[in-house]
Amino acid sequence: MKVLVTVKEVAELADDFEVDGTEVDDRYLEYDLNEWDDYAVEEGVQMNEAGVADEVVTVTIGPERAEETIRMALAKGADRSIRVWDEALEDPDLLDVETKTKILSAVVAEEDPDLVLTGVQAGDDAFGATGVALADEIDFEWGAVVNALDMDADEGVAHVHRELEGGVEELTDIELPAVLTIQTGINEPRYASLRGIRQAQSKEIAPKTLDDLGLDADAVESDLKLTDMYEPESESDAEIFEGDAGETAGKLADVLREKGVVQ
Amino acid sequence: MSDVLAVTEHRRGELRDESFEVISAGRELADDAGGDLHLAVISGDVDSYADTLNRDGVDTIHTVEYGEEFNHDVYAQAIEALFADLEPTFVLMPNSVNGLDYAPAVANSLDLPLVTDVIGFEYDGGLTATREMYGSKVETTVEVEGDQFALTTRGAEWPEAEGVGEADVSAFDFDPDEDAIRSTVTGFEEVGAGDVDISEAEFLVSIGRGIEEEDNLPLIEDLVEATGATLSSSRPIVDNGWLPKNRQVGQSGSQVTPTVYLAIGISGAVQHVAGMKGSDTIIAINNDPNAPIFDIADYGIVGDLFDVVPELIEQFE
Repeated sequence: MKVLVTVKEVAELADDFEVDGTEVDDRYLEYDLNEWDDYAVEEGVQMNEAGVADEVVTVTIGPERAEETIRMALAKGADRSIRVWDEALEDPDLLDVETKTKILSAVVAEEDPDLVLTGVQAGDDAFGATGVALADEIDFEWGAVVNALDMDADEGVAHVHRELEGGVEELTDIELPAVLTIQTGINEPRYASLRGIRQAQSKEIAPKTLDDLGLDADAVESDLKLTDMYEPESESDAEIFEGDAGETAGKLADVLREKGVVQ
Repeated sequence: MSDVLAVTEHRRGELRDESFEVISAGRELADDAGGDLHLAVISGDVDSYADTLNRDGVDTIHTVEYGEEFNHDVYAQAIEALFADLEPTFVLMPNSVNGLDYAPAVANSLDLPLVTDVIGFEYDGGLTATREMYGSKVETTVEVEGDQFALTTRGAEWPEAEGVGEADVSAFDFDPDEDAIRSTVTGFEEVGAGDVDISEAEFLVSIGRGIEEEDNLPLIEDLVEATGATLSSSRPIVDNGWLPKNRQVGQSGSQVTPTVYLAIGISGAVQHVAGMKGSDTIIAINNDPNAPIFDIADYGIVGDLFDVVPELIEQFE
């Protein structure tokens, strides 16, 4: 079984940052492997180690800078990677779900995986939609927000738990081939070992343009246009305790006594 | 006419709050656009659900009788069939776990632009949606190109619709392609039952990512011991396996309503806040003054928890 894992490099904002137009300047951004994708990679690698999967391939839509993040996934045990980028992708400041779906479905057409794993969402734009939209596009079955997975490759079924709200899980059987969006906590993502990091250097990251995938620039014409970005107005009317740690702790202790929760 | 089709949600025989919120959001959008509000209620005891969903502002409720519980293949097919029939300008779906399990497929099938986790919108012939990015640190407005649109609305952003409405209830003739139903819900499981029920606690000391590593847990346990509090946490602590699932506060964990909720090193992601905003008094200790938790806190300390917590323990020893 071949597993394709979508891996996104996401930007995280520093505690202090400034918005300039519809973007945050690069100096306030730190780039990292999307947290949810880290769990998806781990799930794929564990399937490989358990002999359920023969190959784990990652795919990323991102500029050359993203290779550092891709190497991290390779160091954790993915076999090889594909990175899709194109000049046409540099312009839109927000890639809509449809664009990502078109690109990823072209990669699926080339790779022909049995299973696609994605993170539930990305920490930056947080659409939470690409996995399920992709499944619809490539006519795979799917499951969203999966927090336990038991593959029955012989039967062609994934037995999953979907994490619903309020401490309830739904048990669902999903026919393969399928796209599963992976929730944090499904496993414990490993740290890349030194050996893994060394090995990752020699693993393949295949760059692909839209043209390579048989797509043209029309594929990235987004229906969504970011028109404004701003820091939300603080609705805070919190009383902030001033002073050093001893003073603030003293005031907090007074509140706890006043509320009657501590004697 | 620019009509709205809003999809409701139920689980194990109960309509969920999202159903009444999506009515309010749908009415707002239908008023903006000058159209009718249609509701879809799919699977389960649809007639009894339709009675309850008949609130102020709803024009028509379409009942789709098929199966008992949520199944995304059924939902996607039913919504697509209703869309073909009604030709609404907007399809509104809750940004819930189940909403995210069918909304992207519906939008893709119908070739509609999709905006998820929307917290506000305006329509004056063109659609502009408001949503957050970067873990709620910024808000954005997004102009959406198209004639018809798919949106998922964030929970608890719109009030639940009230009153008794005068909606028409119409049974929708639904004939699904059963071969395309390739998933089967086999049951439900309650998780997180354990020795302690945090939803009963009067005073919760709750920890988040800010405690950095498991080795710092004893410091918090000392505080819990000194104050007689109950220990709870946000999601990452449970994901890391430092505390069991029954300690998790939030959308996917427990809803809590203590007298005092002391949030230590918790930034206040929307999923967490959904589980604890009903606390009488919220106190936050965080070294980031812009952390969203301060927006809902009554009292706050902007500082290093590793300085403040030992001092706090001393206050009660």
